[in-house]
Amino acid sequence: MPVHYFLVLSALLFSIGVYGVLARQNAVLVLLSIELMLNAVNINLVAFSAYLGEGALSGQVFALFVIAVAAAEVGVGLAIVILIYRNRQTVDVDEMSLMKW
Amino acid sequence: MDLLLLAQEHAPAAVPKDGFLTQYMWLVPLLPVLSFFVILFFGKRMKSRGHWFGIGALSIGLAMSLYAFIELAAGNAAVEKSWTWFSIGDSINVEFGMHYDFLAGVMFVVVTLVSLLVHIYSTGYMHDDKRYTIFFAFLSLFTGSMLFMVIANNLLELFIGWELVGVCSYFLIGHYWEEKENSSAAIKAFITNRVGDMAFLIGIFVLFFAGHSFNIEELNHAVHEGHLGGTILTVGALLLFGGVISKSAQFPLYVWLPDAMAGPTPVSALIHAATMVVAGVYLVARMFLLFEGAGAALDVVAIVASITMLLAAILALVQDDIKRVLAYSTISQLAYMVAALGVGAYTAGVFHLFTHAMFKALLFLGAGSLIHAVHSNNMSDMGGLRRFMPHTFRTFVIGSLGLAGIFPLAGFFSKDEIIGGALRSASDLGSASAWVVLISATLTAFLTALYVTRMLIKTFWGEYRGHGSPHESPGSMVTPLWILAGATLTVGFLGFPVIGPFADWITVPGHEHHGFETLYNIVLPIGATVVALLAIALGIRLFSEGRKGFDLVASPFGWIYRFIENKYYLDDFYLKGIVKPIQYPIARASYWTNQKILDGVVNGAGAGAVALSHPVYDVIDQQVVDFAVNGAAGITGFSGGLLKYIQSGNVQRYAAVLFAAIAAFVAVFVLA
Amino acid sequence: MSADTWQQVVFWVLAVAMTFAAIRVVTARNVVHAALYLVATLLGAASMYVLLFAEFVAWVQVLVYVGAIVVLMLFGLMLTRADIGKANFDNDQRVLAAICSAALFGVTAWVLVDAFEGEEISLARETGTTTENIGQAIFSSYVLPFEVVSVLLLAALVGAVVISRRDPVDEEDDR
Repeated sequence: MPVHYFLVLSALLFSIGVYGVLARQNAVLVLLSIELMLNAVNINLVAFSAYLGEGALSGQVFALFVIAVAAAEVGVGLAIVILIYRNRQTVDVDEMSLMKW
Repeated sequence: MDLLLLAQEHAPAAVPKDGFLTQYMWLVPLLPVLSFFVILFFGKRMKSRGHWFGIGALSIGLAMSLYAFIELAAGNAAVEKSWTWFSIGDSINVEFGMHYDFLAGVMFVVVTLVSLLVHIYSTGYMHDDKRYTIFFAFLSLFTGSMLFMVIANNLLELFIGWELVGVCSYFLIGHYWEEKENSSAAIKAFITNRVGDMAFLIGIFVLFFAGHSFNIEELNHAVHEGHLGGTILTVGALLLFGGVISKSAQFPLYVWLPDAMAGPTPVSALIHAATMVVAGVYLVARMFLLFEGAGAALDVVAIVASITMLLAAILALVQDDIKRVLAYSTISQLAYMVAALGVGAYTAGVFHLFTHAMFKALLFLGAGSLIHAVHSNNMSDMGGLRRFMPHTFRTFVIGSLGLAGIFPLAGFFSKDEIIGGALRSASDLGSASAWVVLISATLTAFLTALYVTRMLIKTFWGEYRGHGSPHESPGSMVTPLWILAGATLTVGFLGFPVIGPFADWITVPGHEHHGFETLYNIVLPIGATVVALLAIALGIRLFSEGRKGFDLVASPFGWIYRFIENKYYLDDFYLKGIVKPIQYPIARASYWTNQKILDGVVNGAGAGAVALSHPVYDVIDQQVVDFAVNGAAGITGFSGGLLKYIQSGNVQRYAAVLFAAIAAFVAVFVLA
Repeated sequence: MSADTWQQVVFWVLAVAMTFAAIRVVTARNVVHAALYLVATLLGAASMYVLLFAEFVAWVQVLVYVGAIVVLMLFGLMLTRADIGKANFDNDQRVLAAICSAALFGVTAWVLVDAFEGEEISLARETGTTTENIGQAIFSSYVLPFEVVSVLLLAALVGAVVISRRDPVDEEDDR
């Protein structure tokens, strides 16, 4: 089947994730959107791995590593969000603009 | 150029060689100059107050001068040495050197002898003076300068000496400067000399321009051989004579000499009788070949001298101040010398210089002795002094007779030579100016004897008209008098016709030996003596005690007397016609020019600069420059104020911009 | 129908479902709904992996992503007292974000299509499970990244603990 179907799908999911990162107000939902983006990338990687045949397993291995890193990143990210919530009693990203002029 | 001067045709057969001492004659001017400095620094501390330095230097100088002169007379050669002082470009070469020959030798003997005697005399005369030391210092400096001038081998060096003696004259005349009239007399002497010096200096340059040399021998040689001549030579010679007119007190610049009598009498004896004033005569003698080739110049010289000798003799007849009589007499005798040179009687002129130095110095020193005793210059305060001052009386009479030209005193020989020379020049050469000289010289001889008689009678005969009791002067003053009297009695014979050696020594270089003019016509000396005796007789008749003397004031000729008494109004002419216009209107105009115009320009420039700076400050600095500087800062601030809004602090905003940029970049990279 | 046709049908179904779920993730008013829609998306992705002969990755996806990460998210939402049930308006730059993501999608899709149009994924497979091959690949060629990821996970673990720890009580200083 044409590989570009998967690639376009991956691009679509990635763009939707970008929208979510830019537009969401709740910090946790931003993290959610980031997970969406990472998934899109994974689909891309695995699609290429399948396209290049059985000799190229590196795509899948890479996808595994991405998953592992995503897990680590979510852990740390949520820890930060909880800390911010503890200090500011809010997770609204619009409120977190101390570094403005 | 031939450096050996063979002046005489009948010179000894021996080849002239360099004498032992003649080469070192440059030491003779140097010694008095050194003495000046030594006296200046150490004189005040010496017990003698410094006079031994001067006397010592001059004794050595006199001894050297005599010895060197004898060497020359014995046949040694004249000496010329020079070395280059500096040169400008290729053509102008200023040298420095000495030239010692017979003429210089005679001058050396005269100057050192008279200066030495004046030094000795001054130890007595100036004994109580509070500026004794500086007086002797200046006497030494003067003597050194005069000798330097004589020995100079080029005109510039001569001019240096000329000016130096003028300066020393100024200092010495103004010795009693506490009285205003004394310092004024010194200034008058200096400034009047300056007028002539300007002409002299221009003359030097004219001759340099024409002859390409300052060297006296070269110039004389050039004229004698015909390389140099024409109008420019005449102009140069006349300009040189301008210097002579001022320095040797000829008409119309003689006015300083009578006033110079304000100085101490030894100064008058040395400077204004025997040495400085004869510098002009020396110059003409030195440059005689040049003058000879200058045609009309010698005629002018003769005429001017003739006028002077008559005018001065007339003035001497009406003075009361004894020093003034002698001053005018000096002017008259100087005119004799100049006139002699003017008619070509070279030997006679120089011989008269020599003899005149002797008896005029004697007369002045004698006058000093009289003044010292009577404490007044005026003959109306004297009288009958022959009883009180025998030595002064006798020497004074000897000097006076010498002046009048009575046989066998020195003046007789020299004066007659001059008259004889004038006659020869007039009849043989047909020179018109020589006739003028002849007539005026004879008249002046008459007048000279007349005023001499008057002077003697008023001073030594009759009743004493002064205060106190006069007594004879001390030995330090009388001794020089006798020495000079002895000289007056004897030196005349140096110029004795035929056998006298003076004509061998002093002859115009390159000419044949003229011999003595009196040989020309024996009538002359007899005639001259007769004239002099007549004058003496007239004088005795007019001026003896009991006679009223010249009472011309009341007579119809009174206006002549007043005219003479006011010195022909020449001084008034100078004062009102020249000095005062310069002093008042011209000086005031200069001052106005300075204040209004020059200062106006300067101040205006300053004000203009200030006025210009205001717009520069207000417009350029404040508005333009500050606008640029402030504007740059303002733009920075303004743009910063706009750009700060980018820092919203909102991370999502940053992310949005980031992704937008990524999209854009990808698009660009893909499409490009 | 051929296997290829089946593959395409399954793909299209899954694609539509995933896209819809993803859009709901970023637009849901209710935050918990957003998280649950993400679960749907992730399961869809896992299905894709199966479709692409990557079973091991699919299982790891379900285990880690759905089982751990989404649960973490839910815990996070709970601990930060997110407004559950209330309206949740997105922030002001929605329009810009939409434009941005649209542009990004447009550019990326165009590039990818332009590059890979006409390429096919073949359906032929040799024997041997993928899992075995991946295991071999990880522990031979990619052992270094493997170890590094382990360290990374450790660091993340320690970091998360440190960050979210409450300030230590001051009685430690009195000892």
